Amino acid sequence: MTTPTARGLHRPTLVIGLALFALAFITWRDASAMQIRATYGMGADAASYFVALFLALMGAGHLVAAFRWQDDPGPTDWKAVGWVALGLGSLIAALWFGAGFIIGSTLLFVFTARAFGRRAWLADLALGLILATGIFLLFNKLLTLSLPMGPVERLF
Amino acid sequence: MESLTFLMQGFGTALDPMNLAFAAIGVLLGTAVGVLPGIGPALTVALLLPITFKLDPGGSLIMFAGIYYGGMYGGSTTAILLNTPGESASVVTALEGNQMARRGRGGPALATAAIGSFVATLIATMGLAFFAPLLVKVAIQFGPWDYFGLMLIAFVTVSATFGSSPLRGLTSLAIGLWLGLIGIDQLTGQARLAFGVPNLLDGVEVTTLAVGLFAIGEALHVASRHLFNDEKPIAIKGSIWMSRQDWKRSWKPWLRGTAIGFPIGALPAGGAEIPTFLSYTTERKLAEKPEEFGQGAIEGVAGPEAANNASAAGTLVPLLTLGLPTSATAAVMLAGFQQYNLQPGPLLFVQHPALVWGLVASLFIANVMLLVLNLPLVGLWVRLLKIPLPWLYAGILVFACMGTIAANPSVVELMMLVAFGVLGFIMRRYDYPIAPVVVGLILGPMADSALRRSLQMSLGDPMVLLQHPGSAIMIAIAAVALLAPFVFKGLARFRHDED
Repeated sequence: MTTPTARGLHRPTLVIGLALFALAFITWRDASAMQIRATYGMGADAASYFVALFLALMGAGHLVAAFRWQDDPGPTDWKAVGWVALGLGSLIAALWFGAGFIIGSTLLFVFTARAFGRRAWLADLALGLILATGIFLLFNKLLTLSLPMGPVERLF
Repeated sequence: MESLTFLMQGFGTALDPMNLAFAAIGVLLGTAVGVLPGIGPALTVALLLPITFKLDPGGSLIMFAGIYYGGMYGGSTTAILLNTPGESASVVTALEGNQMARRGRGGPALATAAIGSFVATLIATMGLAFFAPLLVKVAIQFGPWDYFGLMLIAFVTVSATFGSSPLRGLTSLAIGLWLGLIGIDQLTGQARLAFGVPNLLDGVEVTTLAVGLFAIGEALHVASRHLFNDEKPIAIKGSIWMSRQDWKRSWKPWLRGTAIGFPIGALPAGGAEIPTFLSYTTERKLAEKPEEFGQGAIEGVAGPEAANNASAAGTLVPLLTLGLPTSATAAVMLAGFQQYNLQPGPLLFVQHPALVWGLVASLFIANVMLLVLNLPLVGLWVRLLKIPLPWLYAGILVFACMGTIAANPSVVELMMLVAFGVLGFIMRRYDYPIAPVVVGLILGPMADSALRRSLQMSLGDPMVLLQHPGSAIMIAIAAVALLAPFVFKGLARFRHDED
């Protein structure tokens, strides 16, 4: 798909269309591997085949639509999106490696604030820590919901 | 009239001091979260669901009703003062409401929205109490084929008929249906699209999907844009109260908006934006000074806001009596019921009458509380709008992730949340509607099993769907609703910029 695009070809629509085809293909493969059969009427695979066809149809619609005029999404601040992604990634990593909810959420808070243009790292770090600790105490102690534990959480 | 007795008993439950406190907390929390920019009622309910996890069903459903109505109310405040409607249903409110605020009439705009919501919700909730038992009597005789027909109508109207582009709406629906396939099939135990991941066997959680699409998707989208547009909340100048003339210009639009909103919300047709647009155009046609529209006409706030709230209460009719969610908010509400192992539908009225009528009664109470608590507190809510954007979205993300991990403590669930966030970002960026995904996820498996039950009962004969007049008519309606936008598109060539 690195070939030069035709004039008026809307690349995102094309990509979404191809993604829909890929999804349809996966679903079809999954359905054809199903073992359990129904005695009467439709089995569990029928809905999968239907959705696969539906997705493929929508994919075809996108391929057609890609050659028509499209709205452009306008300017995008990809750096900011990257900061939010980094924040979400840190929370996932924190839970994955057992660092706990408070550390992960504080990082998420700091990086998201950075995405929206804040540069006061220390202040945000403190605020995020207070917020995360507050939420942890409220939910773990008061509502007895179990949030993931780490070294910081064990202090309480 | 037995429903009246039940309703009175419901008030007995709801007026218990503890339950009144739950309702008040729900209303305040719902308004506080709903008022935050970019957070509509669906997300408000989804974000606050974890708070109600550990309460008893009665109390938390009552709190839930408060959150729902509070979120609706908060959404209109944001639309008027910040011009960032949290959901498509407040787009029209933002049109005139924001113009009024710019001209220093923010107070009356908020007041007419609040009182209009109160009037509309009051009438619509009465409608709910009156029609729900009647519908239950009909619905109890419904066969699976009738449910299948109803769901087809809901699918089509939510995704194709009323959206800006049928292709994008149907694509959203297809993605929702695809997500609904994931997990173990209820009838046969066959795993679908689980790829051997244990977390996927239980299927996709509605709240995870809703929070991912709405909260994370919105945060990513706003982050990608905020450099390029900067909306500041408009300070309320002058009197908050409506003048005598404002009242005179508002009361008819309130009633007309209610009359438009409730029936459309109560039909399994979804789409809260239709009644608001209908009400807006009606008011513009009937206005004494139509030239004021676009410059801050109070009728343009009063009517649509009433229509919006009436249709929101209306969507509770199919939700409670049939178990059919026809909007994203209703889908999240359904998830809320299911967390207490309550399945809305005709049987709920028979098996748990105290609970249902307690809920309906607390809707009335939440509505009154909203009016009493929120009109004087409007200054406080406006201050919430001044939270700096970086902290606001950082806080929203922390809270959104917390809710998901608290409900389902696993890293995989969090990864799914983030994946749905990316999906929501892409959909927002390229203008795909979000509600069909959530509705598809919930209704997809229900339609699947309704269809298969019908076929089991007919020993595999698909004609069963057409032999019953109810389902035959509903399938015909769904087919017409699906084809209508394409036919009209062919007739009206000027809409060539679609898709």
